[in-house]
Amino acid sequence: MSRTLIILKRELSAYFATPVAYVFIVIFLLLTGVFTFHIGELYERNQADLEPFFRFHPWLYMLLIPAISMRLWSEERKAGTLELLMTLPISLVEAVIGKFLAAWCFTAIALALTFPVWVTINYLGDPDNTVILAGYLGSLLLAGGCLAIGSFISALTKNQVIAFVISFVICFAFNLSGFPLVLDMFSSWAPQAIVDVISSFSFLTHFESILKGVVDIRDIIFFGSLIAFFLYANVLAIEAKKGS
Amino acid sequence: MDNLISVKGLHKHFGNLVAVDGIDLKVQKGEVLGFLGPNGAGKSTTMKMITGFLAPTAGSVAVCQHDVANDPIAAKTRIGYLPEGAPAYGEMTPTSFLDFVADIRGLVGRGKTDAIRKAVEKINLESVMHQPIETLSKGFKRRVGLAQAILHDPQVLILDEPTDGLDPNQKHEVRTLIKEMAPEKAIVISTHILEEVNAVCSRAVIISKGRLLFSGTPAEFAAHSRYHNAVTMSVASGIAASIEKTLAVLPDVSNVESTEIDAELTRVTAIPKDNKPIVENIQNCIQQHNWKVDELFVEPGRLDEVFRTMTMEAESIGEEART
Ligand SMILES: Nc1ncnc2c1ncn2[C@@H]1O[C@H](COP(=O)(O)OP(=O)(O)OP(=O)(O)O)[C@@H](O)[C@H]1O
Ligand SMILES: [Mg+2]
Repeated sequence: MSRTLIILKRELSAYFATPVAYVFIVIFLLLTGVFTFHIGELYERNQADLEPFFRFHPWLYMLLIPAISMRLWSEERKAGTLELLMTLPISLVEAVIGKFLAAWCFTAIALALTFPVWVTINYLGDPDNTVILAGYLGSLLLAGGCLAIGSFISALTKNQVIAFVISFVICFAFNLSGFPLVLDMFSSWAPQAIVDVISSFSFLTHFESILKGVVDIRDIIFFGSLIAFFLYANVLAIEAKKGS
Repeated sequence: MDNLISVKGLHKHFGNLVAVDGIDLKVQKGEVLGFLGPNGAGKSTTMKMITGFLAPTAGSVAVCQHDVANDPIAAKTRIGYLPEGAPAYGEMTPTSFLDFVADIRGLVGRGKTDAIRKAVEKINLESVMHQPIETLSKGFKRRVGLAQAILHDPQVLILDEPTDGLDPNQKHEVRTLIKEMAPEKAIVISTHILEEVNAVCSRAVIISKGRLLFSGTPAEFAAHSRYHNAVTMSVASGIAASIEKTLAVLPDVSNVESTEIDAELTRVTAIPKDNKPIVENIQNCIQQHNWKVDELFVEPGRLDEVFRTMTMEAESIGEEART
């Protein structure tokens, strides 16, 4: 078994060793339910797709993912187990990836548990399941992006509450950066190139394009490089902060 | 070739604070090296650099000829480390925790089960194997950390206060364990219990303000005491005063101290000049005067006194340097 996998296994079982996992999954399912059926009006729309279900994921993740990621490294630093981990024969990169993948697997499990929504829509109508699959893929990529941000932030502080709040704010900013309201704020003074860069960082734009069922390689590259960037920053943050 | 740990010119700065200020060490196979020193002396920081957790500001560490900075995985494979405070994942049980560490250490199959079983037996952990670590008593937590450190039978063991928080029986067990393992390994322990130096260490160093003040065998350490070669005897309290006076004027005796044990018995200690052996003179003296002496022994030296003198001296030198 590779060391990354060993870390992944330990982390994942750590989620389920405490009530955190169950509380998270219940709240996630409840909120997706509320958003999909009440606010998204899945039934009332009379359309056989899961757009109302996926549409709210960026906003859900912005709130819930930091709750998963906040403990990833802050807790290790606070409890001193970081010292133990870093003196075992394992590289920091392996540890960072292993922990990130564990959190990602965990959100994948939570996401998979929304299958009744998919069953319902297939029972009620005749949806295009490839579009739905693309939706799940996009949702997973989005979760990965938020997790990588959250993991990096949790490496910067021993305080989980601070990690939560800052990750929330950053994910919020990534969500918002595609909104006309926000872009207008910049377009009044910044050159168009910068406005384009800001809007190209929007989670919403990339996520929504995947939701349409067209999985564009550029969207995958966007989330992939976002994850890689923040995990790299995560490694640097631990290197810099581990002694304190 | 048998130099398993080699530390050269080690420095560690935390901002303006100099935690480790030029430490050189070599530890060979078969040695148990004791780190002594006041709180904040830099013992743990030195250990953190030896085990590759902290990068030195300057200097280098090699473990089994592998440079810790350049070849960290090779070095870490050969080290077993008990960090200060014995951190462990609280939600895990000792069973799952040791299993995890064994996996990371690359142990598999029979080798893994055997390694875990042996470590658990040596450390007497059987009774708590299925209890979450966060609910264990302090001593048991420390023991889980020890089990984790010796799991892969490493060539180098670094133990930061291994007996802190253990009950007297367990202290004894752990010291015995360290002595048993010693011939095959290079072991470094830090401790505030000075008797531990005599009990387990083949060599001790005193660290103060990030520097080595002393390095030597426990006997050499004790020999720095002004009580080294002092003669202590127990006598009837009634005659103690006259004995004191007589001993005080013997040629090689510098001064005499006495403590009353109870109404009947007093302990008189004659301290020699320059640690000269004086026991013969004193025995002659006893015969001459026909004193009744209950017990009489030559002191090897008092470790706490040496420790205090050495570290206080370093302190006052430091003060002078600053003013
Ligand atoms: N991460 C850190 N940041 C800043 N200062 C530190 C850090 N770690 C240790 N120090 C300082 O370095 C000095 C040495 O600390 P260290 O823990 O090595 O002492 P020690 O000899 O192990 O003491 P003790 O006997 O109390 O365990 C102390 O002054 C401590 O405050
Ligand atoms: Mg210490």
